[in-house]
Amino acid sequence: MVRYIIRRLFELIPVILVLTFIVFTILSMTPGDATTIILGSDYTPELGAKLRVELGLDRSLFVQYFHYITNLVQGDFGMSYVTRAPVLDQLRPRLANTAWIVACAMFLCVSIGIPIGIRSATKPNSFFSQCAMVFGLMGVSMPIFWLGLLLILLFSVNLGWLPSSGMDHGVKSLILPAITLGFNYMANIMRTTRSSMMEAIRQDFIRTARAKGVSEHDVIYDHALGNALMPTITIIGMNVGTLLGGVVLTETVFSIPGMGRLLVEAINQRDTPCVLGTLVVMAICVAVSNLIVDLIYAYMDPRIRAQYGAKARQA
Amino acid sequence: MQATSTAGPITTKKEFYAQFKKKSIAHELWLRFLKNKTAVIGLVIFCIIMAVAIAAPWLTSYDNVVVKMDIAARLQPPGMEHWFGTDELGRDILARIVYGARVSLLIGFSAIFVSLMVGLVLGGAAGYYGGKLDSVIMRAMDVFLSLPDVLLALAIIAAFGNTKLNLTIAIGLAFAPKFSRVVRSAVMGVRDNEYIEAARSIGALDSRIIARHVLPNCIGPIIVQVTLYVANAILTIAALSFIGLGIQPPTPEWGNMLASGRTYMRDFPHIVMAPGLAIFFTILALNLLGDGLRDTLDPRLKH
Repeated sequence: MVRYIIRRLFELIPVILVLTFIVFTILSMTPGDATTIILGSDYTPELGAKLRVELGLDRSLFVQYFHYITNLVQGDFGMSYVTRAPVLDQLRPRLANTAWIVACAMFLCVSIGIPIGIRSATKPNSFFSQCAMVFGLMGVSMPIFWLGLLLILLFSVNLGWLPSSGMDHGVKSLILPAITLGFNYMANIMRTTRSSMMEAIRQDFIRTARAKGVSEHDVIYDHALGNALMPTITIIGMNVGTLLGGVVLTETVFSIPGMGRLLVEAINQRDTPCVLGTLVVMAICVAVSNLIVDLIYAYMDPRIRAQYGAKARQA
Repeated sequence: MQATSTAGPITTKKEFYAQFKKKSIAHELWLRFLKNKTAVIGLVIFCIIMAVAIAAPWLTSYDNVVVKMDIAARLQPPGMEHWFGTDELGRDILARIVYGARVSLLIGFSAIFVSLMVGLVLGGAAGYYGGKLDSVIMRAMDVFLSLPDVLLALAIIAAFGNTKLNLTIAIGLAFAPKFSRVVRSAVMGVRDNEYIEAARSIGALDSRIIARHVLPNCIGPIIVQVTLYVANAILTIAALSFIGLGIQPPTPEWGNMLASGRTYMRDFPHIVMAPGLAIFFTILALNLLGDGLRDTLDPRLKH
């Protein structure tokens, strides 16, 4: 298992390299001259040309990328065109805000979505299950930025319970953003858990367990759940990226200074190093969380565990 | 519809349907689809939205109603004159939603067309030929898949700007890796069938086999995914417009209507209700339709 983890970590390196290269290439195709943005009204052709050499923009794409990646490995994300400060200094405080929102959203989804999914699968024709299905369908169809606005209208404007923007109120200011961000995700998790649980309950080994006289609670939680959770874990992992995409929207709705806001501001100001830095950090987060999900998956499923164990021994 | 050649008058509805059942698979599928009530609801809602979008120029005037400001009539609540009220510049919200549907649906469908084309070529080649080509293409797609589609679209827009064409291409390319996967797995499910072998043994070219025998047989899952991803694409356009990087005002688009209405929503909540509901119902309709089509076209349920 340890060897498997190490191998997977090494496999992550080319993925991150290719990802950063893609983002780097796309952004380097930006039409227009970056020096005009940096110099603003001070721009003269001579100054522009001097700055281009200074920033290395006159070299080929591959050389530029090589420089970028060697700096990146040392934790240097380059200088922002607009603030003239290191991009990392902008990223660091914002990363924490985003991480809090994503973590809360995820916790909320898993802790609510999975139990509802299980319950509605074990009693598929009950009123509870019908409500859960309607809720699930609404969840996957709800645009989260609109949901955010509605929540602000209800809980901040009308009821005055929770703050409508910013991060100054501690846990209170996390509640609405976490619900907003996690709503789609929760519905997705619930629907997946429900359908895989319903499938698991129909299996022969469940009938065997029931025939042995195992209590219904144990049948569901000991025998069926372990099998039913595998697709759910896949969905949780697959949607971490979607969640990070949703961060951009959630932070806009709630005016939270996080990675998503930074990305949008940087795009509007055409601050390429900042856009690049934000996207690279987000891509790395997605890659790492996919790895974590894969590891959990491998740990949970005895078949996969055995297979990987064998593979690791061969390797 | 022509009468059957077998004699005897048709007395019941069941007999009437029975004569078609043997004739066409499409009809059989249609009848099965009609049994799925939620899917039919989805189809009906979607058809209404489509009809409204197509008929928009006959319903209201773009220059005189949709983009023309009328400060005297600003922020009016819903009433007889303006069913959904007016926005911060005195424009009728309903008229803007109707025209917004055109923008969303047009870009949504064209974007998915782009990703479908890319997906058919890459996924088709990977699935049909397998081997090294398959692993190279799919590895590349995996890398793209690890970047969230919204972020990929944002990167493309950051580089090239946000014209309608760029938005279409950006969203199309962002969804292409997912389509490649869908097409690949559908093609792999079909390519080892005996009729494919038969076609090959009589000397049919690969291009002909793919176009005539493989793709028509994996159309089911592809149609289902198109429906579901059009919903996603529409949601993405609205999201991009909401953060100010998509369709720019004064062109009406549901997302940018929400963005500009935000400032006024504390005192005039109606301004964010209608655009949000429009997005919600469109996505809901496409999701219902997609789920219904999956149930109808899923081969596991056929027999």
